[in-house]
Amino acid sequence: MTALPPPSKKKLGLVIDLDTCVGCHACATSCKEWNAGGIAGPLTDERPYGKDPQGVWFNRVHSYELEADAATKQPAQTLHFPRSCLHCETPACVTVCPTGASYKRAEDGIVLVDEDKCIGCKLCSWACPYGAREYSHVEGVMKKCTLCVDRIYNDKLDEIDRQPACVQACPTRARHFGDLGDPDSDVSKLVAERGGVALMPELGYQPVNRYLPPRPRRTGDDATTDDASQADTGNLAQRWLNRILKR
Amino acid sequence: MNPALSVILFTTLSGTGYGLWLWLGLRIALGPRAYDFEPIGWFFALLLGAVLTTIGIVASLWHLGKPLRVWRAFTQWRTSWMSREGVMAVATLAVAVLMVAPLPIPHEIVQRPLAALLAVCALGTICSTAMIYASLKPIPAWRHPLVLPGYIGFALLTGGLAFAALPQPTPVLRFALPVLLVLTIAMAILKLAYWRAIDAKPLPQTRGDAIGLPNRKPSVFERPHTEANYLTKEMGFVVARKHARKMRVFSLLLFAALPILCIALAIATSRPWPWLDIATLCAICGAFLERWLFFAQAKHLVTLYY
Ligand code: SF4
Ligand code: SF4
Ligand code: SF4
Repeated sequence: MTALPPPSKKKLGLVIDLDTCVGCHACATSCKEWNAGGIAGPLTDERPYGKDPQGVWFNRVHSYELEADAATKQPAQTLHFPRSCLHCETPACVTVCPTGASYKRAEDGIVLVDEDKCIGCKLCSWACPYGAREYSHVEGVMKKCTLCVDRIYNDKLDEIDRQPACVQACPTRARHFGDLGDPDSDVSKLVAERGGVALMPELGYQPVNRYLPPRPRRTGDDATTDDASQADTGNLAQRWLNRILKR
Repeated sequence: MNPALSVILFTTLSGTGYGLWLWLGLRIALGPRAYDFEPIGWFFALLLGAVLTTIGIVASLWHLGKPLRVWRAFTQWRTSWMSREGVMAVATLAVAVLMVAPLPIPHEIVQRPLAALLAVCALGTICSTAMIYASLKPIPAWRHPLVLPGYIGFALLTGGLAFAALPQPTPVLRFALPVLLVLTIAMAILKLAYWRAIDAKPLPQTRGDAIGLPNRKPSVFERPHTEANYLTKEMGFVVARKHARKMRVFSLLLFAALPILCIALAIATSRPWPWLDIATLCAICGAFLERWLFFAQAKHLVTLYY
């Protein structure tokens, strides 16, 4: 059903730490690997090999350069930004669907496409501001991140493996999976502790996924004081001590 | 946004068809009794409307990945404007068929209510089509308040010209031509205002907003993929500025300047043929170009990521 279910208590989603993401694309490739072999709907490639390979991915990792920010004394830095479905609470990608193929699960809030009902009108991909839906020209239907429903509820897998493929693959543990509807869950605590944010909340889609902003970097001022103290003392041990005490 | 030929054909031709039916419905429902049953006028209008809307709908089916499942698109009218459009389109067609079907009651009694219903359904279909676009938050150019009146206006303009070009009794024409003249001028003004507005304010969000760091200034360091993908092709369509300006001029010439000239000539010579036929063709071509621009110039928020 394309109408949204009443807000669920359970809100499964991802928390992505922009501080520790190193942009290695492990999440994107392991997502591709799992979902190209899984049962929830194969992730198709149009042209996997050759000159201009093309295909569907559920998760893509962008890299940006952030300009230095004088107001907050932040130096310039690179930032890696994985982009996948945010499993929004009021997603227009679901309500615009004319066939009922797009739906949000009442029990845990996961947003899915029933590929047997999809007519491939692509309207849902227009309605998603976050670019989380990709159309498969091969199958003529819409594809999107499933939050790995076929893993997280799979009792054939060991308990420890019942996690989204991208979360498990991340070498820096920048991705966390859990119930964001429960304030006592690990992910909710992490969000509270690190000031996790929702993307473009003003659009009203109410994303469930949260992004943890990069931790404040020590500023350039630090270096100058260090240099000064170096000149003053010239003693390595003292400089270390100085640095530790300053924290 | 990627200007898909199928969708542009659909919105232009169906728009003309429903606009034609809207005028026809109004004319029969509100027009003086004497012109109710013009022997050819309204039958041809019904037929022409049916042909135009059908071509449009068939074109729109190309756009679908799974056209055989299209019946499913009628089920979600509670939330989806596309579904509502489908339902309204079928309802309009049903009324149009009823208008020519042999009925157990004398036609004179049901004709006016049926015609009124035809007008209402046609307007409903046009509005639903417009709302598919006007309701999409990630595409600010389509959320603009002039989008809905623009769609209705183009349907009335192209449909109205086509309707007037059909054999009409002189008094009807005498009334219709000035109305069409005013409408054409109004549409030119509306479109100019719309283009100005979207040029002035392309996207309300920044790349910083898109990645959740509104206070930082990010620039793209590395894209997530080396080749194009569905998103960059579908939402990242870029049209050269120069190109767009030329297209706008052509579009204005075709849907406004030439039709205005033709209508003026039709009034001056008090002969609709061939002026109204030329005006109709020009206006449809102009509307087609305008639709192309409507898609090609609309920016989707997802482009912020790239
Ligand atoms: S991120 Fe996009 S596809 Fe995912 S639920 Fe939100 S609107 Fe829908
Ligand atoms: S592409 Fe499929 S899932 Fe998306 S709106 Fe159309 S029918 Fe629904
Ligand atoms: S949750 Fe699963 S489907 Fe979604 S991005 Fe991660 S691996 Fe891909």
